[in-house]
Amino acid sequence: MKNEETTTNTADYQQRTLDSMCINESQLKHPWWHNFKYLLAGSLLGIIFYKAEIISWFRIQEMFRFQSFHMYGVIGSAVIVGIISVQVIKRTGVKTIYGEDIEFHPKSFNKGQIFGGVLFGCGWAMTGACPGPLFAQIGSGAMVVIISLLSAIAGTWVYGLLRDKLPH
Amino acid sequence: MNWIFEPWPWYVAGPLIGLLVPLLLLIGNKTFGISSSLRHICAACIPANIPLFKYDWKKEVWNLFFVAGIATGGCVAAYLLTNQGPVDMHPKLAEELASYNVNGRAGLVPSDLFSFNSLLSLRGFLLIVGGGFFVGFGTRYAGGCTSGHSISGLSNLQWPSLIATICFMLGGLIMANYILPLLLAL
Repeated sequence: MKNEETTTNTADYQQRTLDSMCINESQLKHPWWHNFKYLLAGSLLGIIFYKAEIISWFRIQEMFRFQSFHMYGVIGSAVIVGIISVQVIKRTGVKTIYGEDIEFHPKSFNKGQIFGGVLFGCGWAMTGACPGPLFAQIGSGAMVVIISLLSAIAGTWVYGLLRDKLPH
Repeated sequence: MNWIFEPWPWYVAGPLIGLLVPLLLLIGNKTFGISSSLRHICAACIPANIPLFKYDWKKEVWNLFFVAGIATGGCVAAYLLTNQGPVDMHPKLAEELASYNVNGRAGLVPSDLFSFNSLLSLRGFLLIVGGGFFVGFGTRYAGGCTSGHSISGLSNLQWPSLIATICFMLGGLIMANYILPLLLAL
């Protein structure tokens, strides 16, 4: 049953793993409420985003004007802890809480990382938020950011529409 | 317990964010990434036969729970875990913003720019709607955002993610220093 499902879903799997995002494919079936653990993990992140003012438009402006070390410290120390964690996981071969092997997937280069990266950087400086902070800003009561989020969804959709015509 | 109500320093927040990478891997083999949620929402609501959105989004529903959690966390922090006064900022930034009549410092987003009233002004509309569009378009074009590339990708030593991160910073520098002043003056 498991094997049958993996083969029939190959096309769908490749589609979802485009850009090597959202790629980790657990073969285990869990009841839907198991997803609440991600709600909890997201809540932790939302609290950190707010408390460390990562969702502050002012902090983002300071970052891009080199007026404060704060955001560089946040991202830099997050990356260092992330690198160490990934190395520990790879070297110890630790498994998930369900006993599955942990998978890593390389990212391949395309020009989108340059063009898209610069465009996203512009949007980040305008809204003071990358996608995660958009959600946290809405939660913190900045209701007009719902419009920014809808616009971001529209932006993703338009990218999907134009994807074949854009340089990659 | 007073510390919980004060703004948290970078050396507390950064390592905690870094720990989300192994946390998500350990609790379900998930790669830390947020901009893909925008794609899943497109796939769920408006796929319109576009190849990028033709997949079984229900398999990625964890990501939507995750971003719902981020909003919940923002709400909890803003209403229960804070007693902060006006946002403090670099004096030069305060001076620059005041020259554009951006004075609201009550919240983490300036109410003079990000409010439903401001949405009706040209500069507010450009920042809220235009900025949001660039975020959604740019992250998908780049194949990830600050979380997917700058945190997850760099944690796994992926050089395309380093290029993406440098370009994020480059775009932000150009916008904040050269284009945003023109927009704020509108």
